Parts: sequence; C-alpha cells; structure tokens
Amino acid sequence: MTALARNSIGWLLPLTIILAWEALSRAGFIAANVLPAPSAVAAAFWKLLLSGELLRNIWVSSWRALAGFAIGGSIGFALGLANGLSRLSRDMTDTTLQMVRNIPHLALIPLVILWFGIGEEAKLFLVALGVFFPIYVNTLLGIQGVDPQLVEMGRIYGMKPARLFWRVILPGALPAIFTGLRYALGIMWLTLIVAETISASSGLGYMAMQAREFLMIDVVVLSILIYALLGKLADTFARLLERRTLAWHPAFQT
Amino acid sequence: MLDHTFPYPIPASPKVREIPRDVSGPPGFEIRGLVKRFDGKTVLQGVDLVVPRGQFLAIVGKSGCGKSTLLRLLAGLDQPTEGTIRHGDAQTADTRIMFQEPRLLPWARVVDNVTVGLTGIASGKPARERARRRLAEVRLEDRAGEWPSVLSGGQRQRVALARALVGEPRVLALDEPLGALDALTRIEMQGLLERVWRGQGFTAVLVTHDVAEAVVLADRIVVLDEGRIALDVDVPLPRPRRHGTPEVARLESRILSRLLGGDHAERHGQAPVVVRA
Repeated sequence: MTALARNSIGWLLPLTIILAWEALSRAGFIAANVLPAPSAVAAAFWKLLLSGELLRNIWVSSWRALAGFAIGGSIGFALGLANGLSRLSRDMTDTTLQMVRNIPHLALIPLVILWFGIGEEAKLFLVALGVFFPIYVNTLLGIQGVDPQLVEMGRIYGMKPARLFWRVILPGALPAIFTGLRYALGIMWLTLIVAETISASSGLGYMAMQAREFLMIDVVVLSILIYALLGKLADTFARLLERRTLAWHPAFQT
Repeated sequence: MLDHTFPYPIPASPKVREIPRDVSGPPGFEIRGLVKRFDGKTVLQGVDLVVPRGQFLAIVGKSGCGKSTLLRLLAGLDQPTEGTIRHGDAQTADTRIMFQEPRLLPWARVVDNVTVGLTGIASGKPARERARRRLAEVRLEDRAGEWPSVLSGGQRQRVALARALVGEPRVLALDEPLGALDALTRIEMQGLLERVWRGQGFTAVLVTHDVAEAVVLADRIVVLDEGRIALDVDVPLPRPRRHGTPEVARLESRILSRLLGGDHAERHGQAPVVVRA
C-alpha cells in the first residue's frame, strides 16, 4: 500500500458515516430537530465563517487551551524533572502531589468560579491543573525508568551532569514523556470544553451553549465536530513530534 | 578449603610476583594490599598485583570471588576500603571498562555512540573522524550511520569496544565482555580483541569465567578465590593461539582443576559453574 493510501484509509469510516447520516436525514429517518443533516451543519459552518464569529471563537478557545497547557505542562515537566533527578525534592513534594492528584480537577469548578469569576484565569487555571498531572507523573516515571547501566556508562566516560542529562537521561525518558504529552492534550480539550460550557462569554463552548438557548442545533453539532477536529489536530502534532524525536526507537522503525 | 589440592599452600598474604619481562619499564598499574568490604562482608581481602604495561592479564574465578569488584576498583567505579591502586604514570581516566552488556545509547547513531568515548577529549568533526577510524578497526565502518537496535549482539559489542578504545586508554578493563555472545561470535571476538590489543599495546585486564578464553588470550592468568589471589601463572604459548590445541587444553585443565579444587567438587558431587559450556 502506498503511504497516501495508508494515510487516507483512516478517513474512510468517518466519511461513510457522514454520507449515511446525510442520506438518512434526507430520507426523513432522522428528524432535523434531533440531529441536523451534515449539509445543514456545513451551511451553519459557512455562515459563521463568513461572519467571523467562528474563527474568533476557535481562536479564543485554542489560545486558552495552549496557554493553559503551556503553564501546567511546563510546571509539571519541571517538577517531574526535579523529582526524578533529586531524591530530596521527591521526598519533599511527591506525597503532596500524589494527594492532590486524586482530586478530580473538574471538582474544583465551583471554587474556581468563586475565586476568578468567569474570567480567563478560571479557564487557564483549570486547564493548567488538568494537564499538570499527566505530564508530571510521566516525566517522573520516564526519568526513574532510565537504564542505570547507561547512566553509569556516561559517568565512566566522564560526562558532566549537564551532558549526562542531555545525552542519556532526557532521551531515555522521552518515550514516557510523550505518553504524558498525548494524554495531557486530551485532558486539555476536555477541561476546556467543560469550563467554557459552564462559565464563559466567548469560545467554542460558549458558542455551543448560546446556540442551545436559541435551539440552533446545527451550531451545537458544528461545535462538537470542531472540537473533534481540534483534538485530532493536537494528537497528530504530538505523533509527528514523537516520530521525529523517537526515530531511534524500534517501534518507529519501518 | 582449597589448600590440600594445591602443590603449595596459599600464603596468607601472597607476595608480589616477580615478572621476568618488562621489569625495567613502568608498571601498567600496581595494586597493594587491596581490601574491599560491602556492609561488613569482605569481598577482597588483601590483593597485591603488579601488572606491567602492555600485559594481557586474565582474572578467573568462581562467581562471587571478587573479580568484578577488583575490576570496578581498577576502573575507579568504586573506592577501596583499604590499600592502593597506582596507575603507573597515567590517571584513572585512562582506564576504560567494557561490560557484558554493550551499554550503547539506543538514541545515538553508531558513530555517535563511539564519540561518547571522546567525551572531554574531542568533539564535533574531529571526534567523528576518530570514531570512524575505530569503527573501521572493528570492521563496522559501513554501519556508522545506523541505530544500535538494528545491529546484532556481536556487532553491538564491537561498537562498545570501539567506544572504549577511541580515547586511547592505557588500561582496558573487560568485565566478561563476551559472556553474552554465542560460541562462534565469541571466538571471532576473541580474535578481534587480540588483534586490537597487539596493535595498540594497552594493558588489558579481562575478567572471565571462561578458562579457555583466558588461556587463548592472556599473557598471564590470575585465579581469585574468596577475595585472594590463589594462583598466578604465565601463559608462555605463542600467538595466535587456537582453541583445542594440546598446549591450550593442558593449561586449561590445569587451571580448571585448581579452580574447582578437589574439596569443593567432592562436596557438591559435581563441577561448579565455572566449567565452560
């Protein structure tokens, strides 16, 4: 099979579903007030795109997602590194972090609204908190899982700590870090959707909630589809990055 | 323990052997009164060993006799409890160690794995040039750009050898480097190791449980038993030696019988693990 065929085969099933959906809608088997036809959703898409409303909301949501991810991810990564490399740091913070980890971060929504209102901070806080743990836990696991024989080898050859980190420890921890990254990307969208649905004055979640008020079911379905696409986009990006940096890994050699 | 099977009793503190050759030159390294204890358990109890520069020394012994510990001390990976190790005119940094596992970085190309051996010595293009020359020496120059995961066990160990030698160490410590290889690859590697050693003249210390390997490769064989030197023999056979020749077999069985010791073999009713497969 050619590379193109292999890449496009994954899109065959969604395409079939959409076609069947359209056919069933037109034949009257699916009522328009339950689930609008794909063509109606496409029309809504076109209308919102022309008005600029759609792009603005996508932009707002993406910005929140990425900013929250950057904050939570970098703190999680830094703490994962610190606790993986330093026993003292781990002894001091890991127990606390493991306790906090067991609180579902979405359970904090009422508290977060009390603290921040429905401003940007509330959403950033929730997304950051959500992505923090998968990144933290997997970075820590990755570093602890680095083969001690390789670390000893690096020391024997006179690698200084910085060099040892860049050449042995970080590359060794990378597969686990990527697992955390992909997991965190999923949590990032999930958290944002919930946060925007509950309290927001812009963004995709807000757009969907507004549409619900006015019974614009095509816009609601459109928002859901866009979330799916954005999630897929983030995952594709992570995969691409993984492929590039883990080319040495037997799992990525074809 | 072993005493009555030996033609001479093991001295409580074995004297340093007189070495007929190279006595004028500086020693490769000199070990005096070496003691190593781990949590109260004494692994090495007073080892004295002078190894002339360029000698190929093999250390054999049962598992747990302290041979790997001795090698780690020599390579500076652990600190002795008592005693000293003097490295001739060189530094500990001039000692490289090779393990049973190749310990290659899976995320670095073969040539970049070899340049690890030049950490702090050279970097960039000159380092890669030197690494490529070493790879040619172990006949892997055409695999320089590959990932270690696609190499066979023997090839990986050859990369590890190139990495150990690229910094031109004075002493190469080998901790059963061929132990995990199949019999044929092993004999090939022995030939390669001998060729490289003769070409460069570093001091080689090979720890092995394979007496035949020791006899084929070494100038001198030291038998360690319970943390002491129990036997120290020269191997005056001409090189290159071949497995299975009568001289090799004779020396091998002599060392084996002393290693096993009548006492030990009788008590267990069979030969212990040191017997070569």
